[in-house]
Amino acid sequence: MKIIVSVKQVPDTSGKVAVNPDGTLDRASMQTITNPDDLNAVEAALKLKDETGCKVVVVTMGPPPAAGMLREIMARGADEGVLVSAREFGGSDTYATSQILAAAISRIGVEKDDIVMCGRQAIDGDTAQVGPQIAEKLHLPQVTYAADIQKTGDTITVKRMLEDGYMTIKVKTPCLLTCIKELNTPRYMSVGGIFEAYGKPLATFDYETLKNDPLIDPTTIGLKGSPTNILTSFTPPQKGAGMMLEGADKASCEKLAGILTAKHII
Amino acid sequence: MDFELTQEQELIRKTMSEFTEHEIKPIAAETDRTCAYPKGTIDQLFRYGIMGMSVPKEYGGSGADDLSAALAIEEISKACASTGDIVATHNGLCCGPIIQNGTEEQKQKYLRMLTEGGKLGAFCLTEPDAGSDASKGTTVAKLEGDHYVLNGSKIFITNGYAAEVFVVFAMTDPSKGTKGISAFIVENTFPGFSVGKHEEKMGLHGSPTAEIVFTDCIVPKENLLGKEGKGFKIAMQTLDGGRIGIAAQSLGLAEGAMEEAVNYTKSRVQFGRPISKFQNTQFLFADMAVSIEAGKLLTYQAAMRKTKGQSFTKEAAMAKLFCSEAAMHITTKSVQMFGGYGYTKDFPIERMMRDAKITEIYEGTSEIQRVVISNQIL
Amino acid sequence: MSFNNTDIAAFKDVWVFCEQRQGKLMPTDFELISEGRKLADELGVDLCGLLLGDKVEGLAKELGGYGADKVYVCDSPMLKNYTTGGYTTAICQVIEELKPEVMLFGATNIGRDLGPRCAARLHTGLCADCTHLDVDMPIYKDFLREASTLAPEKIDGLNTAVVLGEKHDVSRDLKMTRPAFGGHLMASIICPRFRPAMATVRPGVMKKNPFDQAKADACEIVKPAFTVTEDDVQTEVVEVVKAAKKLVDLIGADFIVSVGRGISKDVAGGIKLAEELAAELGGVVGGSRATIDSGWLSADHQVGQTGKTVHPKVYVALGISGAIQHKAGMQDSECIIAVNKNDTAPIFEIADYGICGDLFKVTPMLTEAIRAAKASK
Repeated sequence: MKIIVSVKQVPDTSGKVAVNPDGTLDRASMQTITNPDDLNAVEAALKLKDETGCKVVVVTMGPPPAAGMLREIMARGADEGVLVSAREFGGSDTYATSQILAAAISRIGVEKDDIVMCGRQAIDGDTAQVGPQIAEKLHLPQVTYAADIQKTGDTITVKRMLEDGYMTIKVKTPCLLTCIKELNTPRYMSVGGIFEAYGKPLATFDYETLKNDPLIDPTTIGLKGSPTNILTSFTPPQKGAGMMLEGADKASCEKLAGILTAKHII
Repeated sequence: MDFELTQEQELIRKTMSEFTEHEIKPIAAETDRTCAYPKGTIDQLFRYGIMGMSVPKEYGGSGADDLSAALAIEEISKACASTGDIVATHNGLCCGPIIQNGTEEQKQKYLRMLTEGGKLGAFCLTEPDAGSDASKGTTVAKLEGDHYVLNGSKIFITNGYAAEVFVVFAMTDPSKGTKGISAFIVENTFPGFSVGKHEEKMGLHGSPTAEIVFTDCIVPKENLLGKEGKGFKIAMQTLDGGRIGIAAQSLGLAEGAMEEAVNYTKSRVQFGRPISKFQNTQFLFADMAVSIEAGKLLTYQAAMRKTKGQSFTKEAAMAKLFCSEAAMHITTKSVQMFGGYGYTKDFPIERMMRDAKITEIYEGTSEIQRVVISNQIL
Repeated sequence: MSFNNTDIAAFKDVWVFCEQRQGKLMPTDFELISEGRKLADELGVDLCGLLLGDKVEGLAKELGGYGADKVYVCDSPMLKNYTTGGYTTAICQVIEELKPEVMLFGATNIGRDLGPRCAARLHTGLCADCTHLDVDMPIYKDFLREASTLAPEKIDGLNTAVVLGEKHDVSRDLKMTRPAFGGHLMASIICPRFRPAMATVRPGVMKKNPFDQAKADACEIVKPAFTVTEDDVQTEVVEVVKAAKKLVDLIGADFIVSVGRGISKDVAGGIKLAEELAAELGGVVGGSRATIDSGWLSADHQVGQTGKTVHPKVYVALGISGAIQHKAGMQDSECIIAVNKNDTAPIFEIADYGICGDLFKVTPMLTEAIRAAKASK
């Protein structure tokens, strides 16, 4: 049994976000972090590893420095890392990204009792699409928004959160789960883990490695394989100085409620 | 000289920074207020291998280098110097001398206890009448058959009432002065071992300091650490290493205080602008930053020399002297920047100032450091 | 193969996936039908609902009342509970057969599970969690003029996009606008080469049309052919539990209404007013240090340097002067509303909206105004 966890390195949007004059994100000036939900997926995998002794493989698509993130996850306890990185993969939207990651995951190999895990969504795009789309491309059943995962034999019982409650879902391995922060509290890197991390296997899958996979085709990867295009990106108007409402009466309260509604704040 | 941290050292700093931010910082004020030993934090630090991190793998540790160990203490101390003190004492003053001087059996037994076993360690040297001058110790150890019998008391023992394993110094031959001192490994369960008065201190409230009393305490012969009469050498060698830990703790305090002050002065508006815009504030920060950077270079250098097996007595003393005085200066100036707020317990800065004072005193006062340094020169 | 997703001309109509849970339509359905109506009118096509479930035909007509010309109903015991496999199979079959050009889902936990899976199966583009949708270019440009910092000449010239190296006229594409990077950046996305163009739409954002009984009566119900088997379903729904809304703590709350020393003349009354406003917003009550030290609120309510640091969507400060300790705990809130009698209170320096007045008078009016504004949405 093994667990393949798909993770992403993202700019830390909780701090100061820098935007270039042309409306694109100034990634160079921002700290990168492992996407928070992905760490919950890693923790879920490591918990299953603690229970069953299974292997945990962590995979990411990104530029070469993303290997550093894989080492950090190996320092938390993952056994192997796979960096999917190639110029040909650049410019991919979620569809094309899923296509490439699915090819990478099938190269790692998804066997009968394996599980693929992802975070619910990444804080840079907040799309929550890559997990389900990898599952579709690999023909795996998926359960998203997992808040509890129990494994008995080849059956996984998942508490799947809804806005107004939850569903309990049973699914057989192999399957794909996406994890939310309520699932667990990610562990930190341990000292022992850190000193072992750089000795663990880390493979790089480039275009050559994956090109024979039927999912990898010039029309399905990279910019050309992306069904969506960005028409324009922009920054919302700067938050101006605060506004004092005239008067403290019904009219001013209604005006405020109107502004909040118009701005979709409430 | 190589000023770059290794990949592993970078990760140690990162993981400790995250741990400190999420696990230590939120409870630091409460720990100070209640004077409670932060057991939960220490248990987690055992789990993550910080406690006893320099212990070799074959004895349950991670075999971390001295700079990694210093970085961990520095990061922890940015938010809570008490926790930094507990870790520094455990790693440097208890695990340290056993790693250096223990027999294979002692290492297998005690180093495992101090790592995987989750048992906290301490170091008992200071006595009421023997502080800086260790030769005046009155705790005695007498060999009687297969065991030693210890009598006497030790004061100001960091980790005192929380520890279970102690490295204890006692006179096996009082006529020989420092050459009559021997070191022992003592467990808190040994007959005749007891914890005396818990100290109430100005600062470091989370660090459990107590008197340790030995009343006909039975210590098996095999728990003699090193040879009889070599205790003073072991103590001095241990304190050399320990000073790197205190330098790192002081650095953390200084950095933590400066960060608090930077944030405060950016948001505190007086005379129509943030007080960070006043040149007086800016110059203070410039001087603080220089001290911190210099302190880092001194501390990291001492740690690297220790790992390489080079002499580091002078470097460790310099690092400890410089960083502890910098911590006192920077925390005091930071309180001043906070003004009246700085004097209240609403902000962590007064705690940092109280915590900083001890770094100029324990593990060799600033004056003793100057003695050590000048002895190496003259 | 009859389904060619690049044959753009073969696709028409705007579809909305209408989510039902335990036989009840979701509020998002009406928002999306209303928004879909607007898009269908701009494209000059029909708006169709797509409703899946077991014996749900009876729900369909109501969707007509908000603007659906037609509702496709897929009724089957296999579709009783939502399953990714069952729903994806049915939806993709119907889309391949009937070829809508736009397909919208609510960005609920179910829509965001289903939408991507359908898009991957159909090989088309999906834009997640949209907050604005446009087809008509003049309307879209007006929106950009108001909601962006783009230069006017850039907006004026925004008529084409470079797609695979060629200029592509975007006038008939669905422009899907969404926040990214935690709302620091917005992007308008198109899906120029494939159909249907798919989007999940953030709940609560689109305006609901008034219900029209005549339109509901006129709404056509169509039952398209589809086949879903056990093998398609793949997962077993053991139970569906509707949970009472659990109490959220300050840290995770989207809305926080905090009280300060300003409630001192009637502590219980002041707290009650804050609770009512918080309930209306769907949030929780917090307090400044003064309220905790005075024993008016328990310590877990405290916001500030010695309490909790919060960053909700909306932070309402009632009778809080805004001492530096308090500001340290809440100044990163997305929107700060302050009510204070003293117009020089420091809280107004960081507030997005300030009302200078007595909180005991202002708060009930504000609660009522928000209630009314929400109801009219």
